[in-house]
Amino acid sequence: MYKLDPAKRHLIDEFRARPRGPHGPELTLLVNRLRMGPVKDRYVLVCTKPHREWVLAQLPGERGGMMKMHWQNCFADLDAAERFVFALRWKQLTGEPLP
Amino acid sequence: MKKVLGYLDRWSVEPGDGVKVMVSTYGVGHYDAALVRVICGDDSPAGPGFKEEVAAAFAGRFAGRMQPINAGSYGVVPHAPAFDGPGGLTLQATIYPTTPGKGVQGIITKWREADHSGFALYIDASGCLALRLGNGAGNRIDVSSGQPLPARAWCLSGASFDPRTRTVWLYQAVQASWAPPAALVERRVELSAIGRNDVPLLIAAFVSNENGMVACSHYNGKIESPRLRRRPLGGEEMAASFNDAVPPQLDADVVGAWDLAREPSSDRIVDASANRLHGQLVNLPSRGVKGFAWRGQEFCWTKAPREYGAIHFHDDDLYDAGWKPDFSFVVPAALKSGVYAVRLRAEDDEFHMPLFVRPRRGTARERLAFLASTATYLAYANYQWPLQEPLAEIKNQAVLVLEKGDVFLQEHPEFGLSTYDKHSDGSGSRYATRLRPVLNMDLKGPAWSFNADTHILDWLEATRQPFDVITDEDLHAEGVSLLANYGAVLTGTHPEYWSTAMLEGVRTYLDRGGRLAYLGGNGFYWRCAFHPCWPGAIEVRRAECGARYWIEEPGEYYLQFTGEYGGLWRRLGTPPQMVVGVGTVATGFDASSYYRRQPGSFDPRAAFIFKGVGASEPIGNFGSLGGGAAGLETDGADALLGTPPHALVLATSEEHSPGMMLVPEETGFHHVVMDGAQNPAVRADMVFFETPNGGAVFSTGSIAWAGSLAHSRYDSNVSRITTNVIRRFLDPTPFKLPR
Repeated sequence: MYKLDPAKRHLIDEFRARPRGPHGPELTLLVNRLRMGPVKDRYVLVCTKPHREWVLAQLPGERGGMMKMHWQNCFADLDAAERFVFALRWKQLTGEPLP
Repeated sequence: MKKVLGYLDRWSVEPGDGVKVMVSTYGVGHYDAALVRVICGDDSPAGPGFKEEVAAAFAGRFAGRMQPINAGSYGVVPHAPAFDGPGGLTLQATIYPTTPGKGVQGIITKWREADHSGFALYIDASGCLALRLGNGAGNRIDVSSGQPLPARAWCLSGASFDPRTRTVWLYQAVQASWAPPAALVERRVELSAIGRNDVPLLIAAFVSNENGMVACSHYNGKIESPRLRRRPLGGEEMAASFNDAVPPQLDADVVGAWDLAREPSSDRIVDASANRLHGQLVNLPSRGVKGFAWRGQEFCWTKAPREYGAIHFHDDDLYDAGWKPDFSFVVPAALKSGVYAVRLRAEDDEFHMPLFVRPRRGTARERLAFLASTATYLAYANYQWPLQEPLAEIKNQAVLVLEKGDVFLQEHPEFGLSTYDKHSDGSGSRYATRLRPVLNMDLKGPAWSFNADTHILDWLEATRQPFDVITDEDLHAEGVSLLANYGAVLTGTHPEYWSTAMLEGVRTYLDRGGRLAYLGGNGFYWRCAFHPCWPGAIEVRRAECGARYWIEEPGEYYLQFTGEYGGLWRRLGTPPQMVVGVGTVATGFDASSYYRRQPGSFDPRAAFIFKGVGASEPIGNFGSLGGGAAGLETDGADALLGTPPHALVLATSEEHSPGMMLVPEETGFHHVVMDGAQNPAVRADMVFFETPNGGAVFSTGSIAWAGSLAHSRYDSNVSRITTNVIRRFLDPTPFKLPR
């Protein structure tokens, strides 16, 4: 599996500059690593105002379960939301905040 | 939060037809309804903008009410005096449970909870086979095998009760080499008689005692040979009786012996006993599935029906929500053909239920027809694959964005599945229905399938091109006679699913001189089936290969509805390249690209298509779907797969992204050069060719094409090419096959 390396700051900068891609070959590996994982508790965005507002949420992982909404994490653009989820997952996988 | 939802009893209507409107509200007292004409459903900032206009048929305010949905399939045998025989009983079935640990699940039940009357063979809360008996006076006995059933293994299961000796026997014999010895339980019980009731006998569920509910405690898995005897069989006799050679109609003890191998293409379950206690299936469980007798020698249920004697039930199967109509209306005689919708509004919520108004059968109002891909809309109905699939985000190359309808489906599994989803037991969902609210047929959502097709409607409106609307279901029912009324036919962006009758209809139309403009990608891809028993439902079997979101069970590749072999048309003798010159090669959702003209576009035969288009200008390097006209899902020409030798490849897309990948059927093995950044086979080919008797085909080979039509106020090379094609296709001057 691809290993996350905080020393590769250029990849993080590349992501921040263009969070929704297309990404270069190594950043693609990094982003795919962050995106691997189970459905349960997966971060998603729920559109709360069409094309204008999205709220961070987590999937329950089973049919009929309620979405876990993170109302305090509300975004006006999808790039910002992608950056936020990227940082959350980085912290989850490395135990360290995103450099 | 959704506050109002509904569905119509039909999607395709003609003037004078009645339409029933079923509505449910959630937390609101009333709703407003109106008939609107749909012009464009894409309200995104990048798109042409949402456009609808109120049609005059009706508008009004209605009282709301919540209507439930009872998902879960089962068999129902009406109560009959034969069930009221004296003495004991034996219940038997060969079962293949898929979620035995999911709680109480009925196998054969005739149980009334209110007075504890009747009997039930079932799986209990601890996952064991169990027998329930009641005297009708509050005394209920439950006896368990005490041995949890394994998932996905056949099991001979039986239970009996002798009231004279007050003895219950349970027999549970898992048919696997690794299984423990058969469990045989014998127990004395404090019950002297079974209380009679008049509730139906159910297979794979219990009768519910809740208001408005029909069945509950649904079973997941296969059931074969359910049988009810009047005589209690004990011990060894029970074990031996599974191989009973006496035909059930000659066995005086048999009350009902349901032979599920009979009439497998119907919703009937046939009682082979002399009592003829036939039943009916509810909510479309799977038939044409392997039974206990299947040995892997025969793969077609029509050729070995005895090996396909099971039915696979699911607790989330759904055919008809069965809501009561809130109101109805008649399609006005003067309403022009087009795409309409019944729009519901409740407070800040809104829901559209599309309605396709066609001309009267056998007539055409215009020379051009838009063929609405209702088979594909059905296949995608209530699509929720991303909610269950760990790789969905990687496939989409972005954090998943859920709309209000997606959240509702996540929290309301009773609204049923699409043919892209898996059942709760992990098996593929083969059926989808329109007789329920279809949340992704609403307008203003993502531009995919139906909503993406409104880009074409919008463009036709903007360019003042008159057209009629017809649907896949009409084509399936009427064949080529539906198309014969038109000089030219346009497809939508994604005409993916085709029944045999639909495909034969369009091929014959072309052979007779018809003109077809295929304005999409991933078209003519899967075989699907319709059935007169279940109007409004579609069946798909994802056999062999293809971009599959679940993989069909081996030995179950033949469609229940028709007995036909399922899968890709590419593997069924009619690849899309044979029909429209191109077939699916790639999919990807991160970015779209553009086309570059190829030598074929400079052939004099194609001059009409490129009138006003420069020789070197990129085509469609703009658009609302990924920024280009070539993308999402794309098709290529392939002589080996049937692209006609005289077909002209007019343009080919280039510079695709790393997220655009070859489809599985385009490569025989995995390798690392599968994506658009590395592999030139990842492309869209634009193709033109003539057909016999003056006809012609034009194909864009890209779902994203229509997302570029509105660019620059409908004045771009994408719009120009499409206009040029339609104008010429409507000109009756015959095309000539090149010699």
